[in-house]
Parts: sequence; C-alpha cells; structure tokens
Amino acid sequence: MTSYRLKSGGLIDRDTPLHFTFDGKPMQGFQGDTVASALLAGGQRLMGRSFKYHRPRGPLTAGSAEPNALITVGQNGRTEPNCRATVVELYNGLVGRSQHNWPSLKFDVGEVNSLLSPFIGAGFYYKTFMWPAALWEKLYEPLIRRAAGLGRATFEADPDRYEKSWAHCDLLIIGAGPTGLAAAITAGRAGAQVIICDEQASLGGSLLSDTHEVGGVPAPVFAHDIASELSSMPNVRILTRTTVFGWYDDRMFGAVERVQKHVQEPDPNKPVERLWRIAAKEAILASGAEERPLVFGGNDRPGVMTTDALRTYANRYGVAAGKRVAIFANNSAAYRTAHDLEKLGVDVAAIIDSRSETASYNGKARVIPNARVTSTKGRLGLSGITVNYDGGEEHLSIDALGVSGGWNPVVNLACQRGAKPTWSDEHAAFLPPNAHNGLSAAGAAAGIASLAACLRDGAHQATDALKNININAKPFDAGAVEDDPDHATKPLWYVRESTEKSFVDFQNDVTASDLGLAVTEGYGNVEHTKRYTTTGMATDQGKLSNVNAIGILAEVRNVTPAEVGTTTYRPFYTPVSFGALAGAHKSEHFQPVRRSPLHEWAKKLGAEFVEVGHWYRSSWFPKKGETTWRQSVDREVLAVRNNVGVCDVSTLGKIEVTGPDAATFLDLLYCNGMAKLPVGKARYGLMLREDGFVYDDGTLSRLEENRYFLTTTTAHAAGVMSHMEFCHQTIWPNLDVRFASVSDQWAQIAVAGPKSRELLSSIVDDDISDSAVPFLAARTVTLLGGQLSARLFRISFSGELAYEIAIPASYGEAVADVLMERGEKLGVTPYGTEAMGVMRIEKGHVTHAEINGTVVPADLGMGRMVSNKKTDFIGRAMLNREGTQDPDRVKLVGLKPVDPADDFSVGAHILNKNDTPSTPADQGYVTSTCFSPIIGSRIGLALIKKGPERIGEQIVVWDALKEQYTKAVICDPVFVDPEGEKLHA
Amino acid sequence: MASLIECPHCGARPKEEFTVRGNVERQRPAPDADPDTWFDYVYLRDNPMGRISEHWHHTAGCRRWLIVERDNTDHTVFNVTDAMEAKSKS
Repeated sequence: MTSYRLKSGGLIDRDTPLHFTFDGKPMQGFQGDTVASALLAGGQRLMGRSFKYHRPRGPLTAGSAEPNALITVGQNGRTEPNCRATVVELYNGLVGRSQHNWPSLKFDVGEVNSLLSPFIGAGFYYKTFMWPAALWEKLYEPLIRRAAGLGRATFEADPDRYEKSWAHCDLLIIGAGPTGLAAAITAGRAGAQVIICDEQASLGGSLLSDTHEVGGVPAPVFAHDIASELSSMPNVRILTRTTVFGWYDDRMFGAVERVQKHVQEPDPNKPVERLWRIAAKEAILASGAEERPLVFGGNDRPGVMTTDALRTYANRYGVAAGKRVAIFANNSAAYRTAHDLEKLGVDVAAIIDSRSETASYNGKARVIPNARVTSTKGRLGLSGITVNYDGGEEHLSIDALGVSGGWNPVVNLACQRGAKPTWSDEHAAFLPPNAHNGLSAAGAAAGIASLAACLRDGAHQATDALKNININAKPFDAGAVEDDPDHATKPLWYVRESTEKSFVDFQNDVTASDLGLAVTEGYGNVEHTKRYTTTGMATDQGKLSNVNAIGILAEVRNVTPAEVGTTTYRPFYTPVSFGALAGAHKSEHFQPVRRSPLHEWAKKLGAEFVEVGHWYRSSWFPKKGETTWRQSVDREVLAVRNNVGVCDVSTLGKIEVTGPDAATFLDLLYCNGMAKLPVGKARYGLMLREDGFVYDDGTLSRLEENRYFLTTTTAHAAGVMSHMEFCHQTIWPNLDVRFASVSDQWAQIAVAGPKSRELLSSIVDDDISDSAVPFLAARTVTLLGGQLSARLFRISFSGELAYEIAIPASYGEAVADVLMERGEKLGVTPYGTEAMGVMRIEKGHVTHAEINGTVVPADLGMGRMVSNKKTDFIGRAMLNREGTQDPDRVKLVGLKPVDPADDFSVGAHILNKNDTPSTPADQGYVTSTCFSPIIGSRIGLALIKKGPERIGEQIVVWDALKEQYTKAVICDPVFVDPEGEKLHA
Repeated sequence: MASLIECPHCGARPKEEFTVRGNVERQRPAPDADPDTWFDYVYLRDNPMGRISEHWHHTAGCRRWLIVERDNTDHTVFNVTDAMEAKSKS
C-alpha cells in the first residue's frame, strides 16, 4: 500500500521519461514532474527526517511551503542542500539525496530522540544547557551542532554564474494563478507595461491542478490560452520560475529567477539565477492561499498531506498518494479533493468532517460529521487512522490522508513593510492589511475563496490599479466559470483527544503540547512563543505552522487569534541563494580595481603591488638576488638619497579649481593662507574638519590667476571632492568657482634625489635650473622637443631635491620609459610606496598615520601655518577651544632606540622610565616606524605628551602585544638634512 | 534592496548612488557666532522621527548636493531639490 502513478492524466509528458537517482537508487519520472511527484509515483513516500526527533517524513504539500521533503540536489560545486522536493523540477540525470539521517533514511539512529522527547520539549536548550557554562563551547555546542542542522553545504566553489538586473513596469503582478492571469490579461490588453512573476515553470497556479471549466474549457487549458496571449504581447514580460521574495521601499520588489536550475548542464553563457530589482508603479499581490494542515496525533506520518497536495499530485502529475485515502477537514472546500480522486478511480474511504453541518457530497465516500482523527499508524508511512466521532471510535486502514484546516491567504509580501494582517472570523484567517501604498492583494491572497470571484477580483484590481496611473483598462471577463458553491469553514485548531505528538511546526518539530507548555511557563506572547519553542523559525518560516500556532495559543490563553496577533513578516519569502545575492560580485570582481596609468610600467619593472583601497600601488621593485623586501627597500632609499629615483604618485587625488572666486574658496577650505599664493608657485596646505582637527593634507599650485591645481592624499581623494562640493553648493553657493576631479587624467611621477634635475633636464625642454624652477615652483613645461605638454612641480616629500611631473595619463608609461632609459647612466632607480614611506619618516613628514582625526595643526608642529588673518575657514571656529590648547596634548616627535639593534612597532605606547603600563602613565604612542638605512636603525614618529619639550629624554616604548619594552630617545622628527640643504640644492 | 530617488538632474536613480549626510536644518553658523552655537552645529544631532529634510549627495551621478524630504519611518520620499538652488532662493 503506497503511492503510485495513475494510468493516465496529468500535465506531465508521458512520452518523455526522465531518469534520476535518489540516495543512489535509480528512479524514473516524466517531463513536468517535480522530484516529489516522481518519487511518489515510484512509491517513495519517505523523503526526509525531521529536525529534532528524526521522525520519518514525506511531502506535506505540493508547493513552496513544504516543510518536510527537504533534499540535497546536485553534486560537487553544484550541491544544494535543503531543496524542497515539491518544487524542484525533475531533469534527466538529477542526483537527489536525503539528508539529516544516519546511517540511512529508512533506519536513522537519531530516531531515539523520539524516546527522549519528554525531556526535549519547548525551551529544552535553555533549560538543559545552562550550567556549567564552561561546558558550552567544548561539549554542548559541538553536540547540538552535530545532531541538528539539515543539509550540508559543499566546500567546493560554485562553478555557475549569477547576475542582477533591474526592471521597471506599470503593473507588477505577483503570482500567475487565476487572479494574477485575469489581472495580467486586463492590463496587457490595455497596453500597460506589465511584469507577471510566478514561482512555477508555467503560468496557471491552482488552475493547473483544477478540473473545473473556465470559459468553456478545462482550467489548465484556459491558463495555457491566457499565457499564450500574454506571451504574444510586447508590453508584457513573463517571468516564470521567479519568486518575488520581498517588498522594499516605495514600490520596489526583489525577485529571484531560477534561469537554469532545472537543467542538467547549465549553459555557461547564461546565469543560473538572476536577481531582479523590480521598480513597479503599481503592484498586485496574487499569491493565493496556502492550505493549513490539521493538528492531531501522528499528523506527520508520510502519507498525510494537505488536500490541495493530494489533489495536485493527482490532477497535475497523475500520481495517487495512496490506494485508499481519507479526507479530514474542517471545511467544505476540501470535499472537491474527494470528488476529484474518486473520479480518477482512487478509493476514498471517508470524509472526516469536524463540523456538525457537513457539506453535501454526491460521491461514494462516506461523510462522517463531528469527527476527528485522533491518531495514525505506520512506521515509515501511513497505514491507518483512528477516527473519533459522536458515539464511537473507529479504525480505518488507509495509506493516504488529506487534511485541511482552512486556507491562509499568502499575505507575507503585503506585511513585510510593517503593516500587520487582520484577523477575520468570517474567513477564519488573517487577511492582508488594508494599507494600499501601491500593493493591492487580490483573489485568494485577499481571502476570496471561489474561482469565479478570484478571476473577477484580479481583473477589477488591475483596472483600479491602472486607474491610479491614468491607464484605462477594461476588466477581463472569463465567461462561464464552474465553481464550488460552498466554502464554509469552522476553525479546528487542534484535536484535544489526541495523546500522541501533534505537530504544529513540522520542520522544527514543535507540537501542540510545546505551545501549551510555553504558555504555562510564561512565554505566551506570540513573539516569545516563537523563540521559546522555535515554531516558525525553520527554513519554511512557518508558512504552514504560524496560523495554527496562533490559533492554539488563542485557545490555550482563552483569547481570540486577533488578540494573539502575528509575528513579524520579513523578506525573504522563500530562501534565496547567496550566489544570487552576490551576483557577479565575487573573486576579482568583488569590488572595482583601480590601476594607475603607470601600472604597466611598474609591472614591466617587476613591481610588487599592494592593495590600497581600490588601488594597486607598486610597493617595491625587487632585483635579482634580493630575498627580502627590506633589501629592495633599503636599496631604493639609498639610490634616491645618493642618485635619483622615480616613483608613481598618480594615485594622489587631483582636483583642478577655476573661476574668479577660486582663491576665496580655497582660502575657506585650507587653514593656511592661500589667496596670496603667487602664480607659478605651490604650497603645502592643511584642510581641517569643522571641529578643528586636521582632515587632509596636500599641495596647492596656482597655475594661472584663476586656475589652481590641488592634490589630496590617496585615501581622501573622493572625500575631499565631496567636501568641496558640499562647501560650495550648500555653504557658499554665491562663490563663482568650478572644480573637477582630474585624478584619472594625469600620470604623476616623483623624480627625487641629487641627480633628479639632471635626469629631468634630459626630457624637459625648458630651463629647470634652480633659479628658473626654484623650490615650490609649479609650471607648465614641454617635453621631448615639444611633443608633450606637462606640469612640473618642485615639491619633495623625501627631503631630497625632487620634482613631480604630471603628464596626460595615456602618455604616462611612455614618459616613464624614457626617464628609465635616459637615466640609466645616472643610476635611476624605480622606488615604491615602501621606500617613499621610509623617506617621509626620515624627513618627518606626516601621513594619515599621524593625521588620525585626533590632531590639530599645532600637534604636528604646524601651528604657525594656521592663518590668523582670515576671518573664516573650515575649522576655524572650533580650532581654538580650550582642549586643543592644552599644553599636555600629545605632539609629533621622532623616536630612536637607545640600542640601534632594538626594535619597536607602530601602536606601541610610550611610558616614562620606570613607570608600569597604565592609562594614567600613558605618554603617547608610536604612529609610524621604519628601518632607516641612513640612520642605520629603526626610527619612528610618535605623538608624545609635551613631546617637543622633551627632545633628548629617554623613555620606554611598551608593546603590549609583544610584551616588549624598548628603551628609546625622543628626538626631532626630521632625521635627515634638518637644515633643508638638499631640498634647496 | 534599492529604492529610487528622483534626482532633479538625473531622474529616478537607485539610492545606492547617493550618500546621506544628515539633516538640512544643521546650517553652518556665522564665523563669529558664539561658541555654543558652533558646538551645537558640530556636535549635537537631533534624531527626529517622521518627515525630515536631509542633505543627500548624488555621489555616483551628477555630484550635486540635494535636499531629500522623506519620512524616516516608512521611507516615503516627498520631494528632492537641488541644495544650491534652494539656498540661492532663500
């Protein structure tokens, strides 16, 4: 006695058999099957084990709310756990595996948990694993983790592609059942831009498992005809296999399209899944209704399923869930399943109706009023039930039981933005909230039961929605619709007579008595109950269990379901893969990469690159025989100090500022005076934040009377630009000034060292002698016999005679090549950011290691740079607060170990000699360090209390991480050429 | 998941293109304003609920600073204007 394939019927293609395996066993199905329908057809009702008690489970539904039939599909990198067998489309070669059992699905050792169930009820974890706390990490957690968890994710990389896409439409229709189709055809014929989404492979929804006639043809044919007309309309986009999983701000919806999850070998040129962001002007929620299971003893045995599932397997897939079935229902609509099954030749033993007033039934099945199923039998599948009714108890031998506790409108999407659904006694269900906001629930999602009414509602809601955006539409008329007249229902939340476990949440094994216990123990508030019992917290998010749980809570607490209320609805409606959410943003495409115009030049010379934000910067240039980076860096530093080096500084932010008020504007941005900067000169500048602390540093060059060129640090290039835009547009809009980022337009090369002038002379046409281009000169020059125009700045961050030359980006590499070629006899050496860092520390220049958001200019020894003539600049008002004048502030100094062999690190703190580490004893900290090949030891920059007054004092550098105490001496931050003779040479 | 912001220069654009700064009401005081006024401007933030006006920068678009009037409880956007134009008018 088990499930089997009917001789004929269904929407499957019996001429196209498909072969697949389940737990290694060869199975066969047809095109159009789901894995669940094919397994049932092959007599396999057992498809999984439950989470806590490891009870045998089969499919409870034929759709996306499935809590039980979770399997792992695919192999290697395509392994996907926790797939609902009820929605996985069958394809040839599919490999399916049961999960969460050991050693096998039929014999699972974990089943002993059922025997322990008196001890592992609600709140089990909270109660059991409280003490001793020390055991948590070592014992409890690993134990729980091994026992729990459903499928296992693979550790192999996913070989498939995913993508993200935008879509815009007048009307988005979510769900393509009768309501959605009527809405779509109404809007489509009116010429509106329509998107209709459905999670299934073909449009039709419940029509596909219906036997009624619509407009003179069977329901599936009607669905097919409408779908054909829709697909012929250029203004209608049909997204099948697409789940709208979330409603976000405004009328923005998230959807995931499973483009190639139903094929054996995905086309590598297409994504397997596509994440849609749909901006709709109006939307209709036609998501239908989900049938509630009934809660009674042993209601989880394979073979027990919703009547809708029974009917769908029979009508749509040609599969009978059993040879002898019964229906247990609290409503009249469930009777149609008995009717359909009898018509297909399935023996229906009884319709067990919990109500006293049963519906009329003209089939063979016996209708038992005032009746309840109290228990079930069968080890791995249903073999019988006990029925309790007025005046008796009876045992029925059956192998499938359809249960129906009424219908829940699928209101999830309508509630995801905070609105709560409202309880309706008339519908015995929660209805979607009234708030419109661009999304209207229609049809069964709005609590409408009859097919004809759903078709009408879909058409009218579409007409109304389109009216809001000034599109006139005529409601679609489906013609004559066969219908069930009686949809009466009377709540039956649980069967009190049952003594066996009565499951509410099938996936998390929460029973009716667990809910009762939660109320008894003070967790009766629905949000508490959820967390205490874990009801509704599984991967199905309580689609079938939440309303039953609310009904039971209401009965136990003796209040109405409305008073209990619902928990919070959140995206996603069904699970969405990480792949779809990541889209193309993985591996090297995770974030954008920025390469300097000199990247190829540096690569040719063997540079090691370092990621700095989005940039790849050349950090050093190893030579043959060099085994450590320090060897390369020391060589580069000495080459610059003795001869000449070139370095790519293109990543600095560069902004060009023009306009009659440019000088005024720049004076407001920088804390030092800039308006009087002469044309042809550059000046180091500091920008402050409005709170007076240093924001960024760089150089400003005046190229013409009203044309400036400023540089920012690499890190704050974007920030400074936004800051300038904010200042101009919102604070000083009346200033006539324009500026644009030119960071990407210029390749910029630092040429530094005693021979830098000689090297540059070989490519610059103009006179660049000290008198023509003195320190801090900035001017336009021509290169290589007038071939190129460039900008030459005599600025230095190494302390050497140095220049920076800016060349139009696309010529950068060529000019750098020429510099290398012509500089060969001068010993020209490319150097990277590491050597640059060493030289700036040797010269006492600050970077963001020192400009760390806590320093004012005076802390860096730049107090005198701040203009006291200007009446306004960013940061001026707050700069002179008491705290910034505190003589105890940490200030910039240099640091040298007493023993040149000693070492210290960035972040280490400074202590007075003989002090033990403590916050009050803290004297400051090391901001930058390097090994200086010129000094011959480690050197550092530090921010130390009263630092400049303590030059020569011996202190201790304390490194808490290395537990290291280093004796060091405070010194001037300029280690090299303090008089600046080299600079001005 | 993005929603769309109606930029007066670029049209409807996803909100990811924008950078939010904060309430427009925070206007930079006069340079010679008293220290308390400056302190308020730099450090104190109201956290109003409901309909608010904020400075949004169309960072990945036209690079204009905009005033976005929206409800921070349900993210309804009522109005988007160019901050500079608004300032010039006032």
